[in-house]
Amino acid sequence: MPQKAEIRARAAALRDGFEAAGAKPVETAILQPAEVLLDLYGEDIRARAYVTSDALRGEQMLRPDFTVPVVQMHMAHGAEPARYTYAGEVFRRQEDDPDRANEYMQVGYEVFDRENPAAADAEAFAVIQDALKGVNLRAATGDIGILTAAVRGLNTTERRKQALLRHVWRPRRFRALLDRFSGRSAVPASRAALLAHPNPMAHDFPDIGMRSQEEVAARIEALREDAEAAPISAREVGLIDTLLNVRETLPYALEHIRDLAVDMPAITEAMFRLQERIEALAARGVDVANLEFEASYGRTSMEYYDGFVFGFYVPGRPDLPPLASGGRYDALTRVLGQGSEIPAVGGVIRPGLLVELEAGA
Amino acid sequence: MSIKLGVPSKGRLMEKTFDWFKARGVELSRTGSDREYAGAVEGIDGVDLVLLSAGEIPRELAAGRIHLGVTGTDLVREKLGRWEQQVEEIEPLGFGQADLIIAVPGCWVDVDTLDDLDAAAAAFRARHGFRLRIATKYHRLVREYLRDNGVADYQLVDSQGATEGTIKNLTAEGVADITSTGETLRANHLKILSDGPILRSQATLWRSRVADVSDMEKATLRELLNRLG
Repeated sequence: MPQKAEIRARAAALRDGFEAAGAKPVETAILQPAEVLLDLYGEDIRARAYVTSDALRGEQMLRPDFTVPVVQMHMAHGAEPARYTYAGEVFRRQEDDPDRANEYMQVGYEVFDRENPAAADAEAFAVIQDALKGVNLRAATGDIGILTAAVRGLNTTERRKQALLRHVWRPRRFRALLDRFSGRSAVPASRAALLAHPNPMAHDFPDIGMRSQEEVAARIEALREDAEAAPISAREVGLIDTLLNVRETLPYALEHIRDLAVDMPAITEAMFRLQERIEALAARGVDVANLEFEASYGRTSMEYYDGFVFGFYVPGRPDLPPLASGGRYDALTRVLGQGSEIPAVGGVIRPGLLVELEAGA
Repeated sequence: MSIKLGVPSKGRLMEKTFDWFKARGVELSRTGSDREYAGAVEGIDGVDLVLLSAGEIPRELAAGRIHLGVTGTDLVREKLGRWEQQVEEIEPLGFGQADLIIAVPGCWVDVDTLDDLDAAAAAFRARHGFRLRIATKYHRLVREYLRDNGVADYQLVDSQGATEGTIKNLTAEGVADITSTGETLRANHLKILSDGPILRSQATLWRSRVADVSDMEKATLRELLNRLG
């Protein structure tokens, strides 16, 4: 294991590099109010962050990442456009794997610039790739925005689209919903019985709890409407499957997605955004011809990424976490800003891992 | 030194454990006054009885302070990360059967499966401005289960007892708890989701994988396990 002082020095050097690239260095508190993080990430964050509390401020979390406090800081007093860099510890609770670090350094680069999203995406990727020059890494990229555009364009009810969009980051539930909405899986017996019942609200149970009988009735109504809606066509499901399976180098992936856009016009705009991003990456000297693109990349991470996503991996070491990762998180800024959105993209490097690799090389 | 056997210190679980060992020629008993947690072992030499709360036995096994212990599968899985590496299951004892389940008010006639729970949670959050609350003391098991099944928009709230009452008291919308007959759930107007239990548990004899054993203790352990097996 490398010494902490060595990792700190490496982290400081990386941050200096990001500063030279135009970012303003910032600091954030280690203790973060738990409520904001829980509201954003849900119960899963409890399994991954250390929670502590005091009588005055209530539940606090040891910073599991920098994204949320940096966005909040920017919203409170940042002028746009802005670029930030930071270096510091993050804390991740580990319940199952003692080999995974529960405390490690992150150095980040974040871009808040709404002028030209493709250029900002390319900048975040290129600046991080540049900082890792000399290390043999495999880069992976994806774009959650293409999948969400495809879902929004489905020829089905708004309620179904919202249900699918809600589970884009939970591939198993997404698949189960798609199978249900397309009639590929059978309606559960209990639901069929509920829908066949002439008056399901006439029951003998007392009304207890905060979820009211009116809410129950509203959901039954929604289920009835859903049962009457036509299934999502096999053709559309096939297109989504084809899209999810796109896994090629960027130029071929673009070609493939352009083909798909002929049958799925809803993804046209997202396709152009991918094309502009490829051009912007190439303009920054990134070797796009050999850069991998996976349409389902980034769907299982906890983060709120909703557009461009990327990661840098150590070849032949699937046991290691990514050395760097990042993406676009416009949706997160929308939630934190209560409606006012600040397009943002960025990424983090793990200097501890970098030092380890450089020592081993 | 001797082999340390951890057994629940009170109630039916203790009595049934004593019966189970007795049927195999090992007599366990409490000694001293009713309030003193001291015990004796007859029928085999070199074994010490350690009376503990069932909830502490997993941790004592994992710390290697006891060699063998009797406690529920639910407690081992909830309290120990990578439990297979810390303890070995020797023998289910055939009592203390209980299922860890998720239950919701019976008046939620629209909810029967996890799929329903997930949809109800989404609507609940939109309506009430906070995530649907599930009261439990089995945080790890329930969270893993709901994550694996892609349920979102819920939160776990801690409840160490009288969990079924939380819904009526408006401190939770659903519960995740251990039940054997479902009687308490029914009495509180709750119903179990039909997807099946999160876990089927029973009282089980466990061996610590980390406790130190001398050659002599090894011989004692072998003899004891032969009798019990």
